[in-house]
Amino acid sequence: MTEPSAAARRVAFPPNWPARIALAALALYVVYACSVLDMTWARFVAGFGHGARFISRMFPPNFAHDKLELLYSGMLESLQIAIIATVVGVLLSLPLGLMAARNLSPLPLAWAARAMIALFRTFHPVIIAILFVKAVGFGALAGMLALIVASLGFLSKLVAEAVEEMSMPQVEAVRATGAPFLSLVIMGVLPQVMPRFIGFSAYQLDSNLRNSALVGLVGGGGIGATLFTAFQRFDYDFVLTIVLAIIAIVMVGEILSGWMRRLFQ
Amino acid sequence: MDVSTPLKPAADDVDRALVIRNLRKEYRRGQPVLKDVSLTVEGRGMTAIIGPSGTGKSTLVRCINRLVDPTAGEIHFRGHDMVRLGGRELRLARRRMGMVFQEYNLVERLSVIENVLCGRLGYVAVWRAWLRKFPARDVDRAFHLLDAVGLGDFATQRADQLSGGQRQRVGIARALMQEPELVLADEPTSSLDPKTSVEIMELIARRTGERGIPAIVNIHNVDLARRFADRIIGMSKGEIVFDGPPQALQNEHLLQIYGGEGWLQ
Repeated sequence: MTEPSAAARRVAFPPNWPARIALAALALYVVYACSVLDMTWARFVAGFGHGARFISRMFPPNFAHDKLELLYSGMLESLQIAIIATVVGVLLSLPLGLMAARNLSPLPLAWAARAMIALFRTFHPVIIAILFVKAVGFGALAGMLALIVASLGFLSKLVAEAVEEMSMPQVEAVRATGAPFLSLVIMGVLPQVMPRFIGFSAYQLDSNLRNSALVGLVGGGGIGATLFTAFQRFDYDFVLTIVLAIIAIVMVGEILSGWMRRLFQ
Repeated sequence: MDVSTPLKPAADDVDRALVIRNLRKEYRRGQPVLKDVSLTVEGRGMTAIIGPSGTGKSTLVRCINRLVDPTAGEIHFRGHDMVRLGGRELRLARRRMGMVFQEYNLVERLSVIENVLCGRLGYVAVWRAWLRKFPARDVDRAFHLLDAVGLGDFATQRADQLSGGQRQRVGIARALMQEPELVLADEPTSSLDPKTSVEIMELIARRTGERGIPAIVNIHNVDLARRFADRIIGMSKGEIVFDGPPQALQNEHLLQIYGGEGWLQ
């Protein structure tokens, strides 16, 4: 490397040809997909016009007494769905997550639990809700079951990950005292994963509040059902009222969950 | 209850002794970390195991309470072969051996007193651990032990707020909380400053001496081993190459244990 010619040939940032080719291919595909889906500028502009008319029909929001009563009962049902789904999901996700942690449970059990979690996580809550509506009929029960499954998938996976990342020496020391397995979990494992678990649970409550409106759209009860009906009847002013209420609830939920996380840090 | 009272009268030495026969451990097939180690530990006194890093000292101590599963051999403790125990029997045997770790291995998010009470997990029911309803006698003893190691005022502080030396004192209190018949210590001073190291060794020697139980201590520091141990075992490459009282340990032995020459001058 002492020869100047060799030094001159050194390159600090060699071109990454595979990455360049991949990027170019991606750009080409996006253009192609747009043409296939008839995504043209003209349609986009026309869509703007429709949107403007739709929004203008939303104003002013409808605060009529009977509408507010509908809104109130729908909201209450959604809140109940979200809270019950979160509580049940939290309670069930702890054992399922522990079972799925490979550093704690025997491998066959861990893999079985992981397969179950993967299954729960495969579909979006809305799709699960459609399945439950078919299975148990329209209404809050279907929405609740759907959100329980979704919460379980999300929380168990995070619990399993938190458990797999915890400090094993601390667990080893508790094991060395001759503690039975459940005591080991209570004194050695939970203290390590609890703060994160509470954080996840708060986030899940937040996310269930949002999703409880969503599952209603496909027949899972709650405010989503009210919203869907309002759309069907072209009551766009009432739609706006509902949307504003959902935004308010979601914001309150976010503040609550942030507050909960800080409380348990 | 007085913490220094031994569990049983100090007689019955044969019953107390630990007998290891032909212990072998391979983490990878064909590469033994421990080769055919045989060792008898009498009913009281401190046995120090010295030797270079990676020579199997830690593995040896961890085989005794089965944090590591031996590949072959026997470990007789109180009429049981530890190697053959499993499940409940293993836990019952483990609770009779206290262990002190190099990195203290306290459960960081638990309070000091909770960490000490972890030493009772082998004795108390799971629901007591869950609700923190430890028997009053255990709680009293935990406070006594904390006083005895000089940390009486720290009982309700979280373990991660303590210094290294303080943590190790809690680790010792936790081990003694088990009312052990044998104390194992894996490099208890390696993470501590020289002054604290002496204090910790003193504490282990005094507390096990008062209780009339043997201690087996892995230790890097030859001077500390000489000062506190009644018996020194030198290990090299997975084998015992020296076994005798501290006075008998000569430079030639150290050369044999650690290899090399220059470091002794």
